[in-house]
Amino acid sequence: MTAHDHNLSRRSLLKGAGALVIGLHLPQAARAQSGAGAAFRPGGNATFAPNAFVRVAPDSTITVLVKHIEFGQGPFTGLATLVAEEMDADWGQMRSEHAPADVKLYANLAFGVQGTGGSTAIANSWEQMRKAGATARAMLVQAAAQSWKVPASEIRVEAGVLSHASGKQGRFGEFAEAASKLAVPENVPLKPASAYRLIGKEGAVRRLDSADKSRGKAEFTIDIHAPNMLTVVVARPPRFGGKVGSFDAAEAHKVRGVVDVKQIGSGVAVYANGMWPALKGREALKVTWDESAAEKRGSRELIAEYRALARQKGVVAGSHGDAEAALAKAGTVIEAEFVFPYLAHAPMEPLDGYLQWDGSEALARFGSQFQTTEHMTIATILGLPPEKVRLETMLAGGSFGRRAQVSQHLAAELAMVAKAIGPNRPVKLVWTREDDLSGGYYRPLFVHRLRGAVQDGKITAWADSIVGQSFFLGTPFEAMVVKNGIDATSVEGANELFYEIADFHCEVNNPKVGVPTLWWRSVGHTHTAYAVECFIDELLQVAGQDPVAGRLSLMNRHPRAVGVLKAVAELAKWNGSGPVDGRARGVAVVESFGSFVAQIAEVSLGTDGEPKVHKVWCAVDCGVAVNPDIIRAQMEGGIGFGLGHALYGEITLDQGRPVQANFDTYRSLRIHEMPEVEVAIISSTEAPTGVGEPGVPPIGPAVANALAKLGQPRPRQLPMVGGTV
Amino acid sequence: MVSLKVNGRTHSVDVDDDTPLLWAIRDNLGLTGTKFGCGVAQCGACTVFMDGKPLRSCVTPVSAVGDAEITTIEAISGKEVDAVQAAWTARDVPQCGYCQSGQVMSAVALLMENKKPSDGDIDLAMNGNLCRCATYVRIRAAIHDAARTLEG
Repeated sequence: MTAHDHNLSRRSLLKGAGALVIGLHLPQAARAQSGAGAAFRPGGNATFAPNAFVRVAPDSTITVLVKHIEFGQGPFTGLATLVAEEMDADWGQMRSEHAPADVKLYANLAFGVQGTGGSTAIANSWEQMRKAGATARAMLVQAAAQSWKVPASEIRVEAGVLSHASGKQGRFGEFAEAASKLAVPENVPLKPASAYRLIGKEGAVRRLDSADKSRGKAEFTIDIHAPNMLTVVVARPPRFGGKVGSFDAAEAHKVRGVVDVKQIGSGVAVYANGMWPALKGREALKVTWDESAAEKRGSRELIAEYRALARQKGVVAGSHGDAEAALAKAGTVIEAEFVFPYLAHAPMEPLDGYLQWDGSEALARFGSQFQTTEHMTIATILGLPPEKVRLETMLAGGSFGRRAQVSQHLAAELAMVAKAIGPNRPVKLVWTREDDLSGGYYRPLFVHRLRGAVQDGKITAWADSIVGQSFFLGTPFEAMVVKNGIDATSVEGANELFYEIADFHCEVNNPKVGVPTLWWRSVGHTHTAYAVECFIDELLQVAGQDPVAGRLSLMNRHPRAVGVLKAVAELAKWNGSGPVDGRARGVAVVESFGSFVAQIAEVSLGTDGEPKVHKVWCAVDCGVAVNPDIIRAQMEGGIGFGLGHALYGEITLDQGRPVQANFDTYRSLRIHEMPEVEVAIISSTEAPTGVGEPGVPPIGPAVANALAKLGQPRPRQLPMVGGTV
Repeated sequence: MVSLKVNGRTHSVDVDDDTPLLWAIRDNLGLTGTKFGCGVAQCGACTVFMDGKPLRSCVTPVSAVGDAEITTIEAISGKEVDAVQAAWTARDVPQCGYCQSGQVMSAVALLMENKKPSDGDIDLAMNGNLCRCATYVRIRAAIHDAARTLEG
């Protein structure tokens, strides 16, 4: 049975285009039900076929349909690498584009729905994309064998060229049409690692998107223009949980270029011919907000409440031995309380989306990170069957978790603004930076209260009480991460440690607060890693042990953590924390998303009193290193992202209102604050895990632990510089 | 109507005088390589050249442009541009890529003024350009690469 027996329209398209399309590992029924026909792009791109990962064009270009959104972490390049490896393609013939929204074809195998997150792109594509490539190669070889009348086993493929000892040779495109008529083989064997020419090879692959992105040619959602399109900005309540009481749009309508003003669920939408009239129109609006149900507590009040909660019983998230008893009888008890502020993701491209509909069909184009649920949300709000709604994923200017919306609020707002103005008026919804930073969905504010005991140079007890909002409890996603009342994203990294401590206890309180929160690059590890790695360092210091040797002595059961810690110590030529010439070194080691990362930061105190991070050494074990240079880039970027927020990042609420509204007050790391970074990648045969997030968690505690050697206390409250609470 | 000289052509643009150059370029001229990131000259994503010098177009009203020649990422050219863009690609500087038009504009402006910038020169010239992906290590390396290329 061939891939196209059940889809004649697609088959005829393929025939016409002379292209090979391969659909893989899908029950035929699923293929028939997928509604994927709706995702065909009209016009010139007629060879496109959605129920497939690999497309070979007559000109031999190979396009990989990437089911994960590309917003910097490299899936366009990474997934194409896996396909190219198994096809024995030449890297120069590879292309990538986003796959359409279709859960039957493009589900994230780790989620069961189409979506990106949790640093899963490579991990869940590792088998799937290699199989896609291997199957494509086998069919091209078979087509060439039939054409040349030679056994398939005698055909070689190298750098995109098929050849036979008889002297015959040809490129993939020449056999694309013939191969498209063959049955799809089952269980095509994959290459042994020893035969890899791209995977794990330095310099074999460059990013597919660098050239366009260096020339202003990459198209983002904000760049979409269409005839008759309106730009839309929305006035939203200044406090979370507020809503529109009444509004007067008379002055807004007087602004030249303003076309309409409509109330929608999230606020008041201003429709205009371009961004500037839309902004002026919004400025001219008079809205009275109903704040009767709004959250009015500020950060100061919340921190005080959380501190009190940290002294009450929580839900037990991890426990062995009897930490309370051990603490009660211990000679030396160390206590530390850590406070973490709300943080914004602040991707360079603020949220935006484009939608056109005619009353019966819709096309949405935006940086969709959860395609399946966003597709359904848009269809539901527009009152259309899902197969009448196309969702095209756009390149996005960063996310860091911001676009992975549990609440679907952007997709919902996009559909609402389109619906409110009515059919046949395409809309581009744009959030400004102020909308972004004051718009919520923050990394939640957290408090950790830690107590530890040191007896005879040994850490004997550890207790951690964690307090912070859950963004999962009470949502439809609850089943994904909440078990026994524990939201894993609140406690990951803190409820189980590498470190063997006889008496251990970790509990959590998730208070209800009316501030919308969300995961933020590395999720729970953004705070747990800081609390745990600062506190273990402090206890080791009290125990008189070296930060590296002391950690190693406690983590015998975690060989991969040991591996990265030893590797980073070697890379940095670790010889104690110092200080030497005013510079001290601090270390941290964290497992997140199945990857292990250790970092050593070299820090001094600047004349302005601010920490100056000169250099960071980083060792990462992410299993098989598919694209070493992208792994390095993610470690560099993760370090910069983590460092910027540990040093400067904070959203403060004053009586419920966000204080920071733009980059003048939401201080973001700049080039002169970026340390030099040196990365070692551990050689591994383990299945690959992600790198988008794991570079982030260790840097904050590594810097804090270095500061402790410069005569500064480890900062108990973040950010380290300029905190306002 | 406002007259704007952009990328070697004079355009009549039907916008209010207070419209920031950024939105005239993007919405009215359809040149979208220049990006919006903050609207308050804090991030550099909107950097264009005015008479060859870098300018934050998000806070520059079209009324202030006058007869000046505006050049955007779509039309920059010259040996510094070639060297910077080649270095950017060879180093795989971009991640999400959204800020990179502005980064490239600032880097080109630096190299037009200073053929062999030090790290301190790079800090001064580039610290107005935010990159939330923190590609700074590679931006720095690529500028040094480009300077070496220009040296020949």
